[in-house]
Amino acid sequence: MMDGDASKVRKRKPTIDIISFNIIGRIMLSVFSFVCILPFWMIMVGSITSEGYITAHGYNIIPVEFSTESFRYIMNDATGILRAYGVTTLVTVTGTFFGVFINAMAAYVLQRKDFKYRNFFSFYFFFTTLFSGGLVPWYILCVKYLNFKDRIYALILPGLVSVWNMLIIKGFLGGIPDAVSESAHIDGANDFRIFIQIIIPLAKPVIATISLFTALNYWNDWYNSMLFINNEKLFMLQFYLYKLIGSAQGLQIAADKAGVVIDRPPIQSTKMAMTLIVIGPIIFLYPFVQKYFVKGITIGAIKG
Amino acid sequence: MKGILKELRRKKVLFLMLTPAFIHVLIFSYLPMAGTVLAFKQFRYNLGIFKSPWVGFSNFRFFFISGDALHVTVNTLLYNLAFIIVNNFLEISFAIILSELNGRVFKKITQSVMFLPYFISWVIAGVIVYSFFNYEFGVFNGIMKSLGLPPVDVYNSANWWRVLLVFFSAWKNVGYGTIIYLSAIMGIEHEMFDAAEIDGANLYQRIRHIMLPCLVPTMMILLLLAVGNIFRGDFGLFYQLVGTNPLVYDATDIIDTYVFRSLMTSSDIGMAAAAGLYQSVMCFVTILVVNKIVKSVQRDYALF
Repeated sequence: MMDGDASKVRKRKPTIDIISFNIIGRIMLSVFSFVCILPFWMIMVGSITSEGYITAHGYNIIPVEFSTESFRYIMNDATGILRAYGVTTLVTVTGTFFGVFINAMAAYVLQRKDFKYRNFFSFYFFFTTLFSGGLVPWYILCVKYLNFKDRIYALILPGLVSVWNMLIIKGFLGGIPDAVSESAHIDGANDFRIFIQIIIPLAKPVIATISLFTALNYWNDWYNSMLFINNEKLFMLQFYLYKLIGSAQGLQIAADKAGVVIDRPPIQSTKMAMTLIVIGPIIFLYPFVQKYFVKGITIGAIKG
Repeated sequence: MKGILKELRRKKVLFLMLTPAFIHVLIFSYLPMAGTVLAFKQFRYNLGIFKSPWVGFSNFRFFFISGDALHVTVNTLLYNLAFIIVNNFLEISFAIILSELNGRVFKKITQSVMFLPYFISWVIAGVIVYSFFNYEFGVFNGIMKSLGLPPVDVYNSANWWRVLLVFFSAWKNVGYGTIIYLSAIMGIEHEMFDAAEIDGANLYQRIRHIMLPCLVPTMMILLLLAVGNIFRGDFGLFYQLVGTNPLVYDATDIIDTYVFRSLMTSSDIGMAAAAGLYQSVMCFVTILVVNKIVKSVQRDYALF
């Protein structure tokens, strides 16, 4: 946790400027925090409110008619969501491991001062952040030439290399004295061994935070699923939810048209329950990982 | 040439370590750049990118004459401008408040809560917006009804989106930006504040005359990056929150959603490629020009 507690060092008697600042500051932070947390609260309330209440009065902020029918409905057939969890976990773990490894390795080479062409290669990577071919050629390349349709690697490969992450790692490694690599060289270790056994342990903070950011990106990805995946067995979690919300709306309209009232699934509350199930792990892990993300941003910011 | 071969032999391992990232960028960034020739062709899937017939500038002509080009460009620019102004204003304000406020626990909680939306995907943000502003079940119309006001059909009224998109961009991103600015504030030498305090400057004067000037470098880097991407919209935000509703395209269609739609409906892939290339070139030119200007005014702030 980062907090600028200069205030506790300097004991000062409260003057009008400090009092007013504290009042205004507290109000502003409270309002914004309330706005940030409210939707999460509402999802939770929606998921445990009875369908009958929602269809009659809409979603509510205060829990009124408690019911677990949405969760029971999901539990009836949870294969879809469980499979999506499985795919997402597989993609996240594989993508994060190889992605961070590849980026860190390249970053190490690019900051080695005895690597003659490091300026050329740095430019080679950096240029892609300035100019891109755009979505259309990229998409056609992936679909027509790399055969991405309905393949699991279509979910992993696109996010593997991130030039920004590479630059952040490079900036961090730049702070490690050259003498570390050189002395290992004299001992006869090759560059890869130096990287694995000496550099990675020294670069642990930056590797850890880049891993977290990469993992979050993979976990939250729906874009690649949308572009490349038609087979619902390969849907990632976020896309599974997206499809479900879409089809729930379709279901609703169809049911309304047919005038079917009996045995209608609890559509509105199920949407919220499903959303809650999808964000569950993030909310659960958030208190533990948050401070590493904050550190990570700070590392990135110093690099600038 | 001889030099690079010699270096290749001497630094075999380093080159090998660079290879995965090199190939990835070659395939996923440089090949699509070559694929931008598509913008000057009439794409036929069976013929592929390079064998499709040339059509000169007709894709561009079509994109510009239809009026779409102007309309999506203006939307992209204005939204990004609004995001930059609103988000940076909030981020700087919150960072200053968090750094000077008393009350450790309060700050810890609010900072954590503000950062939370950054961790969820736009799919979930889309569900949240839907459950707030849905015509039948939304919380918003529930409140309107209970106040005796007529319900609002947000999803079919363009003007609402101009506000909502800016609002939710801030909702999701301000927590992250606040941490960047806060870490910049942490880096400021505290002697300056103490000296100013002894000299009788009140808190607001210290913020105005010491803290804000110290934040300028960070602000410049973030602004430069943001302005460099001003022709590139946040696809997830627009696509997941608004979806594809022709009724509100006037207010919500940006270059990215336009290109995506043209590609997915396969209506005119050549024109989609032209629009994408136009976007990339505009981005590229903007970042070069802005960087040049910044460099001539204050060398240290330039990106490259």
